[in-house]
Amino acid sequence: MAEYIFEVFRFDPDADSKPRFDIFRVPPFKKGLTVLEALFYVQEKLDGSLAFRSSCREGACGSCAMHINGKYRLSCETQVKDLFSDKVVVQPLGHLRVLRDLVVDMEPFFAKYKYIMPFLMPGSPPPERERPQTVGDQMKVLPSVDCILCACCHASCTVTGTDPEYLGPAALLWADRFVRDSRDDALDERLRLVDQLHGIWRCHTIFSCQEVCPKDLDPTGAIADLKRRALRRKLLGQ
Amino acid sequence: MKYHDVIVVGGGLAGLRAAIEVNMHNLKAAVLSKVYPIRSHSIAAQGGINAPLGNHPRGGYDSWERHAFDTVKGSDYLADQDAVVTMIKDASERIYEMEHWGCPFSRNPEGKIAQRPFGGAGFPRTCFAADKTGHMLLHTLYEQAVKYEQAAERGELKIYNEWLITRLVVEDGVCRGVIALELATGNLEAFKADAVVFATGGCGRLYSNSTNALINTGMGMAVPYWAGIPLKDMEFVQFHPTTLYGSNILMTEGARGEGGYLTNNKGERFLANYPDSRKAMEVAPRDIVARSMTTEILEGRGFEDAYLHLDLRHLGEEKIATRLPGIRDICRKFLGIDPVDEAIPVQPGQHYTMGGIDCNKDGASRVKGFYAAGEAACVSVHGANRLGGNSLLETIVFGKIAGEHASNYIAAKADLGAGDKALADALAQEESKLEKLLGSDGPEDPSVLKEEMQNLMRDNVGIFRTKEGLSEAVPKIRELRERYKNIRLRHTGRSYNYDLMWNIELGGSLDVAEVVIAGALAREESRGSHFRRDFTKRDDDKFLKHTLAYYTPEEPKLEYSDVSLGYWEPKERKY
Ligand SMILES: Cc1cc2nc3c(=O)[nH]c(=O)nc-3n(C[C@H](O)[C@H](O)[C@H](O)COP(=O)(O)OP(=O)(O)OC[C@H]3O[C@@H](n4cnc5c(N)ncnc54)[C@H](O)[C@@H]3O)c2cc1C
Ligand code: FES
Repeated sequence: MAEYIFEVFRFDPDADSKPRFDIFRVPPFKKGLTVLEALFYVQEKLDGSLAFRSSCREGACGSCAMHINGKYRLSCETQVKDLFSDKVVVQPLGHLRVLRDLVVDMEPFFAKYKYIMPFLMPGSPPPERERPQTVGDQMKVLPSVDCILCACCHASCTVTGTDPEYLGPAALLWADRFVRDSRDDALDERLRLVDQLHGIWRCHTIFSCQEVCPKDLDPTGAIADLKRRALRRKLLGQ
Repeated sequence: MKYHDVIVVGGGLAGLRAAIEVNMHNLKAAVLSKVYPIRSHSIAAQGGINAPLGNHPRGGYDSWERHAFDTVKGSDYLADQDAVVTMIKDASERIYEMEHWGCPFSRNPEGKIAQRPFGGAGFPRTCFAADKTGHMLLHTLYEQAVKYEQAAERGELKIYNEWLITRLVVEDGVCRGVIALELATGNLEAFKADAVVFATGGCGRLYSNSTNALINTGMGMAVPYWAGIPLKDMEFVQFHPTTLYGSNILMTEGARGEGGYLTNNKGERFLANYPDSRKAMEVAPRDIVARSMTTEILEGRGFEDAYLHLDLRHLGEEKIATRLPGIRDICRKFLGIDPVDEAIPVQPGQHYTMGGIDCNKDGASRVKGFYAAGEAACVSVHGANRLGGNSLLETIVFGKIAGEHASNYIAAKADLGAGDKALADALAQEESKLEKLLGSDGPEDPSVLKEEMQNLMRDNVGIFRTKEGLSEAVPKIRELRERYKNIRLRHTGRSYNYDLMWNIELGGSLDVAEVVIAGALAREESRGSHFRRDFTKRDDDKFLKHTLAYYTPEEPKLEYSDVSLGYWEPKERKY
């Protein structure tokens, strides 16, 4: 087949007054060509100034999330042919400041994650060996622990867009992951952190996070779980 | 100039564990990493981490001696046996620590950490968290780092995201700090430190067919090499038998551990036809399986002369879904197939760097105050061949040990905070080098150089090696190094200039590749992963020793050092 037309968002806040789209022609030089490989082709052969992040190239590290033909996805695991279009439009993650081209400022995103105290808080000192956990209890933290903090959910969430302080789907998913862990003993503290003005109640169950998650996780469900627990605690004291 | 007690370069498992240890010693630790820590290559480890916990019904008699022996035998007797013993004796405690910190290990019916069989191990001793063990471990350590980043109860722990280290500063045999490039601004900065730990991971991307992350360029090994610290045993490169055809994404050994079959184009489980793999079949050690597979493909029993089949279909959907969900996901996304219904096309590919920065079992190098840990280091616990599940173990054991010894070194150090002048001089030199690189306008396209290097390594320094192939590679890599001096950068801006970053690293890759070639050519024997068609036997008289490569501007200078034995006598390695 002929070439793909890549329309790529470009912006250098130090030099440009406003963003623009550049057009690049990328031949299908390899079977199973991914969007990330196409961007490398652009960087190495056509325009070395193009900036984008990457690391694992296998959908594991969360570096390469971006907006591709209408949806937030990991560019490394998106095959161009699966877009069913000769034209590929690539933009940076939404709701995060653009630092250059497809590179956005991830700090506010990580700040939210850090805010919910994303670490195990057990109630007792550790035993000599492992803390026992049944197979069933271990399964309760799955699949939430698969989150790679790529921020696709954050970028797609309409609430994050209107309330920049909203904790957002990723941080809340992590809060729920620890609440669900039978080894954790900090339910009160965890609920206190998320049961607030910019917390769980902001979620309007639009499901966009769940729809875009490259790991098929369900932040909306996790938030609903936290809401349920918060209500039970408030009303029934459980 | 920034100043921290200890600077840890690398935010993977080894680096984070080292930083947490320094923090526990109430010292100021800083982690510098070219990517956010959870983007490090450790995230991709799938199969598991070894420890003789004895949790498996068939593992009750497992012990540190058995695990250590398997490791030494697996290493083809090149591992330093005292270092192996140190690692294995510490293994269970480190695993329990990770569990206490929240790592969601898979469980057995008794509620203990589940274990499964892995290649080259006498007992099922590989602990795992589904098939995302690296992800779970790395997140757990990052969580602990986040916890202490904010807490006041211990020393400071600061993480610098997206800084590329370009230089290690050593003054009269004492380490003074590093020079780093901030990707966001393109500015260079000097970081003073009383001790430095390098945990910069492996150099898989010297090869075109690697399972490693794109960022594993080898730059983290080149930096100490340039500063006079030798690289050890770099010719030992592990090739993983099962990487996805087309992208070389890893199909975990766990897939074979769980009972998957390898078959050729006649539908045979061909491993039965090779004496080395006849008994252990799919769970024979990696180097053996990879060689049998390569022979199979070369002799025309592969598919499209390029790959074989990894068949999981008989395991059934439930087992595949619960034990190997990551594998299923990768097959669907990158090939559009479901391993429940179809066999997976696989081929051997570069996977692990056994060699690395020369250090001892304390993580200490010959430069005072400079330590190394993890895949970047060569202690050596893997010798000529690493067993699956042992490298994750190495990262957390030796990450801790390096952090501990760096902290103890500081406690006894007299001239704390010295080295301003050496750092300032080094910074000025790096500045002018950077200026020169940004202004470079030669005829060479660096992406072409990279491709030529990667293909050279794959073709001439791969699974099967010969004198001819290696001798050919020597002038070729030298030519590439020369041409590198005349490259042209495509972008001269400073902020997030990835063209600059990748091409600074290419300089490091080329020098490290040269070391691999030199070591492989000089080692006229076959041992573990290093297989010479012209010297097919192991030669303990001549080569039961470590290769040490020192940097000189012309070419690496090779020396050898003794292997520490003492527990087990070298025997023929048979499975
Ligand atoms: C696909 C795959 C699966 C694997 N599965 C297993 C398994 O099941 N079991 C097992 O035991 N092992 C496994 N391994 C091996 C294991 O994952 C690695 O050996 C281990 O994770 C390495 O960890 P590390 O901390 O040493 O380095 P890494 O995790 O690679 O971290 C290196 C760090 O150094 C930083 N860095 C490097 N250079 C620089 C520089 N110049 N400046 C600044 N920062 C720098 C990087 O940003 C990164 O943070 C696997 C490997 C692969 C490729
Ligand atoms: S590069 Fe790691 S997720 Fe895409």
